[in-house]
Amino acid sequence: MPIHIIDRRLNPGGKSLENRQRFLRRAKSLVQGAVKKTSQERDIKDVLEGGEVTIPLDGMHEPRFRREGGTRDMVLPGNKKFIEGDYLQRSGQGSAKDSGPGEGDSEDAFRFVLSRDEFVDLFLDDLELPDLAKRKIAQTESEGIQRAGYTTSGSPANISVSRTVKLALARRIALKRPRKEEIEELEAAIAACTDEDERTELIAQLEALKAKSKRIPFIDPLDIRYRRFEMVPKPVAQAVMFCLMDVSGSMSEHMKDLAKRFYMLLYVFLKRRYKHVEIVFIRHTDRAEEVDEQTFFYGPASGGTLVSSALQAMHEIVRERFNPADWNIYAAQASDGDNSYSDGELTGLLLTDKILPVCQFFAYLEVGEAGGSAFDLSDSSLWTLYERLRNSGAPLSMRKVSERSEIFPVFHDLFQRRETAQEKAAP
Amino acid sequence: MTERLFEGADWDFRTLQRITDACEEVALKDLGLDVYPNQIEVITAEQMLDAYSSVGMPLFYKHWSFGKHFAFHEASYRKGLMGLAYEIVINSSPCISYLMEENTATMQTLVIAHAAFGHNHFFKNNYLFKQWTDAEGILDYLDFAKNYVMQCEERYGRTEVERTLDAAHALMSHGIDRYPGKKKLDLRAEEKRAGRRRQHEEEVFNDLWRTVPAGKSKSRSTLSIERRRKLLGLPQENLLYFLEKSAPRLAPWQRELLRIVRHIAQYFYPQSQTKVMNEGTATYVHYRIMTQLHQQGRITDGNFLEFLGSHTNVVFQPEFDDPRFSGFNPYALGFAVMQDIERIVTRPEDEDREWFPDIAGKNDVMGVLRDVWANYRDESFIGQFLSPKLMRQFRMFHLHDDPEERAGIRVDAIHDERGFRRVRRELARQHDVGYIDANIEVVDVDLSGDRRLILHHHVIKGAQLNETDAKRVLQHLADLWTYDVALIEVDANDKVLREYVVSPRPIPAAVA
Repeated sequence: MPIHIIDRRLNPGGKSLENRQRFLRRAKSLVQGAVKKTSQERDIKDVLEGGEVTIPLDGMHEPRFRREGGTRDMVLPGNKKFIEGDYLQRSGQGSAKDSGPGEGDSEDAFRFVLSRDEFVDLFLDDLELPDLAKRKIAQTESEGIQRAGYTTSGSPANISVSRTVKLALARRIALKRPRKEEIEELEAAIAACTDEDERTELIAQLEALKAKSKRIPFIDPLDIRYRRFEMVPKPVAQAVMFCLMDVSGSMSEHMKDLAKRFYMLLYVFLKRRYKHVEIVFIRHTDRAEEVDEQTFFYGPASGGTLVSSALQAMHEIVRERFNPADWNIYAAQASDGDNSYSDGELTGLLLTDKILPVCQFFAYLEVGEAGGSAFDLSDSSLWTLYERLRNSGAPLSMRKVSERSEIFPVFHDLFQRRETAQEKAAP
Repeated sequence: MTERLFEGADWDFRTLQRITDACEEVALKDLGLDVYPNQIEVITAEQMLDAYSSVGMPLFYKHWSFGKHFAFHEASYRKGLMGLAYEIVINSSPCISYLMEENTATMQTLVIAHAAFGHNHFFKNNYLFKQWTDAEGILDYLDFAKNYVMQCEERYGRTEVERTLDAAHALMSHGIDRYPGKKKLDLRAEEKRAGRRRQHEEEVFNDLWRTVPAGKSKSRSTLSIERRRKLLGLPQENLLYFLEKSAPRLAPWQRELLRIVRHIAQYFYPQSQTKVMNEGTATYVHYRIMTQLHQQGRITDGNFLEFLGSHTNVVFQPEFDDPRFSGFNPYALGFAVMQDIERIVTRPEDEDREWFPDIAGKNDVMGVLRDVWANYRDESFIGQFLSPKLMRQFRMFHLHDDPEERAGIRVDAIHDERGFRRVRRELARQHDVGYIDANIEVVDVDLSGDRRLILHHHVIKGAQLNETDAKRVLQHLADLWTYDVALIEVDANDKVLREYVVSPRPIPAAVA
């Protein structure tokens, strides 16, 4: 009996990819919810590494008629001490049986692993920087590649086979290179030929043809064509995001943690989504300093609070490095809302005169103690100030956060894709 | 001494060929097996996962549910919760066995003996498989199904096809003919039939027929209930078949999809009825072949020990109070009974002569086993061949759990003289698919009234349907039927225990 042994290992993989995508599409809202939930629990640095998510089985359940309850009979192995007529207690001893025979599909959650890309797509789906690209298009342009005909020189990887063969064929026809059939025909004629003279002549002809076909190569280096590519400049909108964080003594560890989480999320979002966004980190106590991301997220600092110092620093940086005519400017500020009383006026002035006019969008995040501030009776001094500004039409968005789990929803809220630019100022 | 088949753990394709030849020699000459031609394919872990998600078949139509299974298996495999099978074997001719590439040479030998000869023989000879499956046609049919579903998606949209398939899947377990019908399934003819029907419809289409005035229809009320039930072929327990033939508003392609799902369910029906026997046979065969190869000196002692190690793992039966326990292991039970039959046939004791007069001391082990393999299914196999000795060895006991009983769960019978028959009958019953699946059938359609479809669930031992699931399945059923569906749960005395009524969901867009 013939036995076929086949190596299937080299077959293209990913046979289930299509089914998997259908599953993800169908479960999209569930998976998206799960992705957001998972990301709250994890360190934000790890969030975008992809990973396992759990979705409720309920939504993806495939129902079948199943029977349950009633009197049950079962035969089990491993009797040690029972005799006929014994009674077993239902709890404890009997519990082994409950999970014993019967159906295995009683799990209430469904876990599976998302790839990094799948995760990021779902995580950052429907987020964007509002009102981007309104300003002048930047000079720093990225280059895209575009096909642009054929060329006679290039790298071997770019050889256009069809074009080359076409040219070779044209050349062979033009130069009358003998075809293989002609030579074969002649050879057959020679073999069949009996007359010695004719034979010699035929052989001479054959030699001539062969010599000619040697002179005219099948493919000549002249025929070779390469696909040509051109670099095409692609305009990219320039944008800068200012991250202003209050690290003064009034900020508790919890508040700092909230603020850092928020910025981490912002950082990740910008890095992933926009290749050309500059990020400027400014932290302030009663004076402000521009720091690198490492110091921003991990460096310790403490002191009093002067919000205006940060705004002043931002203003200076804008003046020096980011001409508002060329740049889309965004800012996100996190603070506990405390500001020294005397600073309020200056802060307001700086905002209205210097900062807000050049800003596309200004987000203010007020962090509070766990379990607190959302229902706080009195608004903080900053909140009151900003609220007044917003009511007068400034592009300001403000949110309060007091729990870790609120970070993602608030972030999502702030950077959700807007329908129209007008709505950007709405809370 | 004969030449060794291989040394160490490495193998290449020539080794596999040698192994297969050696196994074949033992299987056909010494064991007298009768198998389909073999086709052996080596695959990777990822391909094995692919196969898992499409119920082990090499090709299948696309559906999200397979993606879900894939994601699930992949997740548990990556976390190390689940090992992958060493092989998958398909009941087809040629019989395709998939071997994992990371198996050692010994494991490949074991797996070839197990799948390519053990399972293969069982597929070819067992009466259920002969009756219900068409090994020659299955791969072509699956190919047809895959293409058909794809074409439907192109013509009628993916959502529509998905809705129909979801509904059909929910009813899959009730899309089976349990009793032999008029003729054996011929899957190749199926494919042609579908094509012909579509062609015929296109050829004879004439829009004018729509305008011909219809004559006065016969009064439906004149049909007696009996006559009506007969016309509709009721009662009918194959719900998918009933819908395919009688659902009033399904498009032809939807009927064809139901038919496909039904055929596939039917194809797998024998497998669910013969888990113990199928695995028992394959395990017994690989054990015999491996022992024989070792005795012939074709496998080294070391490799044989490696084999014994994994064989012992496969046939391990944890006891009921062991945390690893999850019911009877079909490999363990099947293999134990097969070995026990061998013992009874060759070295019977008095007890065996009394219990198994037909086979005790008959001395033709393979003859008896081949007969068993051909003519039994799990339920009858256990009911006939589970010996008192084996019940003692497994220390089996029977528990009766009546929720009404305050005192607890009663031990009804144990492995003693008084209990043997009762334990055996009960274990056999546990393996009877007809007894495990809910007994649901279509009993009537209210043709004169609101076309309500009426189903009965005959409740056995008070086990009613899980409510949430039942409602969802009925919803699918109603969507296909397009009128109300009622499911009535009745007990043995025809007392109504519960009634479900479900209305179809409105169809979002008109169906072609």
